[in-house]
Amino acid sequence: MTVAQRSRHAACLEMEVRRALDAVFDPELDEPITDLGFVRSVEVDEGTVTVHLRLPTSFCAPNFAWLMASDAREAVRAVPGVDRVTVELDDHHDSEIVNRGLAAGNDFKATFGAEAEQDLDALRSVFRRKAHVAAMERAVTAWMSADATRTEADVAGLVLADLPPGRAADALVRRRGALGWSSEPHDRVLVDEHGSAVRPEDAVRRLRQARSVRVSVDGNAYFCRGLLATRYPGAEADQSPRDQGDGTTRPVLPIVLRSPKGANA
Amino acid sequence: MYTKDNEKYFVVDAHVALWDARPENQRNIHGKQFIDCFYDYHKNLSPESEVWPYEDYLYYGGDRLMKDLFEDGYVDHAIFQPALLGEFYKSGFGQTEEAIALAQAHPGKLTYNHVFDPRFGEDGLERFRRDAERMKLKGVKLYTAEWQGNSRGYSLADPWTYRYLEACQEMGVANIHVHKGPTIRPLDRDAFDVADVDKVATDFTDLNFVVEHCGLPRLEDFCWIATQEPNVYAGLAVAMPFIHTRPRYFAQIIGELLYWLDENRILFSSDYAIWTPKWLVERFVDFQIPEDMAEYTKLTADIKKKILGLNAAALYGIPVPDELQVRPAPDQVEREAAAVA
Repeated sequence: MTVAQRSRHAACLEMEVRRALDAVFDPELDEPITDLGFVRSVEVDEGTVTVHLRLPTSFCAPNFAWLMASDAREAVRAVPGVDRVTVELDDHHDSEIVNRGLAAGNDFKATFGAEAEQDLDALRSVFRRKAHVAAMERAVTAWMSADATRTEADVAGLVLADLPPGRAADALVRRRGALGWSSEPHDRVLVDEHGSAVRPEDAVRRLRQARSVRVSVDGNAYFCRGLLATRYPGAEADQSPRDQGDGTTRPVLPIVLRSPKGANA
Repeated sequence: MYTKDNEKYFVVDAHVALWDARPENQRNIHGKQFIDCFYDYHKNLSPESEVWPYEDYLYYGGDRLMKDLFEDGYVDHAIFQPALLGEFYKSGFGQTEEAIALAQAHPGKLTYNHVFDPRFGEDGLERFRRDAERMKLKGVKLYTAEWQGNSRGYSLADPWTYRYLEACQEMGVANIHVHKGPTIRPLDRDAFDVADVDKVATDFTDLNFVVEHCGLPRLEDFCWIATQEPNVYAGLAVAMPFIHTRPRYFAQIIGELLYWLDENRILFSSDYAIWTPKWLVERFVDFQIPEDMAEYTKLTADIKKKILGLNAAALYGIPVPDELQVRPAPDQVEREAAAVA
């Protein structure tokens, strides 16, 4: 290959690698690590790829850090044309342990030894469910906000076919699929943790529970994104705006506060 | 005390610290990582005018604390909630003796809560009993993510924690502040899980469990537990500064807490020196749930008074001047009725 061909090849492969990393999610925030700005760098040298990851604090939970880093390793490894992959987690209190485990191709238990009792399937499942619950709330809220006469009392009988087409409905169907649930037009939107329709008398409470999950997930996402940009100035340029996904125009902008003038101690 | 629009607010800051994170006190890289993480919290969520230089942030001392809280910050009473972090800092992160001396010099203004760590077993329990007596403790601060030897966290549901909580019952240490950090034990569970709070709150109904930063990042799990356990409270540390950067998100947190708990179980805290109380108090008093969030209850002056100080004063037996107490509800009802007429 000529120098020009080689650099074109590297640029293409880097794009493929980044696209593969789009499929790696922060399970807690339910967003791709690429959109969050967690991918610090991707370097391509022929078939050898080196990816550096960064997180908002040194003390982010190491199990989530491991999930993202090991998922990234698998995702990049599957890209055609990639022969060797190195994924490294930077500036974390467990960077050494995680990077050693990744380099050796170890799994979670082998990497963390006595601190890990089982693998992370149960943890993944908890957050897959939370992601669904948050998506369910966003879809219901989008439906309610489209017509001012709709109230929380109307949501019990809501079915998927009632939802306006768009991101909120698509996201809900995707999250249902991740849990192995069907998404037929007549399927109820508001379901319990097993995917069964909730009784009408429990509907408001279920919606309220779902709302607290959504508020929590969204809040964590704002916090983590902000901290990343504080920790790594310039990282905000790598972040995509968080998709509210609820079809509403609720920008998270400062509301006007009255000035504290006239106050005294 | 803070006064605005003829309303007077008695302010209790339920979570303050006096720390020393200077390089000479750092035991290892984790000491630097920890204070850097705190500083990023501070820088990310404070208004620009309130950001401290990093050097000041490492150690600020008692005089500055007194000024920031009581001269500038409208605070009437503050409660120390220390984290010791002995694995990260040589003389600990929270400066125990310095804080106790300050509290003794200003008994009407400062309350010192101490810590215990159930992993110290029988010896630690003995020491805790002595500490509780010497420090006249009314509360403790537990950081379940504290590292110790090979252990990187503990659970409130551990049998040894129960022994220590029994000692709290005996000695009248009624307020248990729980700080859920990323507990690494075992690593395969959710590090921020608050389920153990549920268990101890059920088993120790005469103790009050104040969950700091209202369970964030697990607000939903916390709310669910607090709904079922009347002795579980929400501390607003970390949640408060969102009032500046993300006011709509702050509205949702407060809205959720008021929906699932009630206005008597939410406690203001600045988490000083991560943030300073002055601007938080000013903004909270000015704050209102946005009009379009009809799903949440409005914040009345009485609700704000309770959150800013009266709730914590009730938990700690801090005397509140009559004029600063919330007006009896019947008066209010009559006045509203009169206004309508």
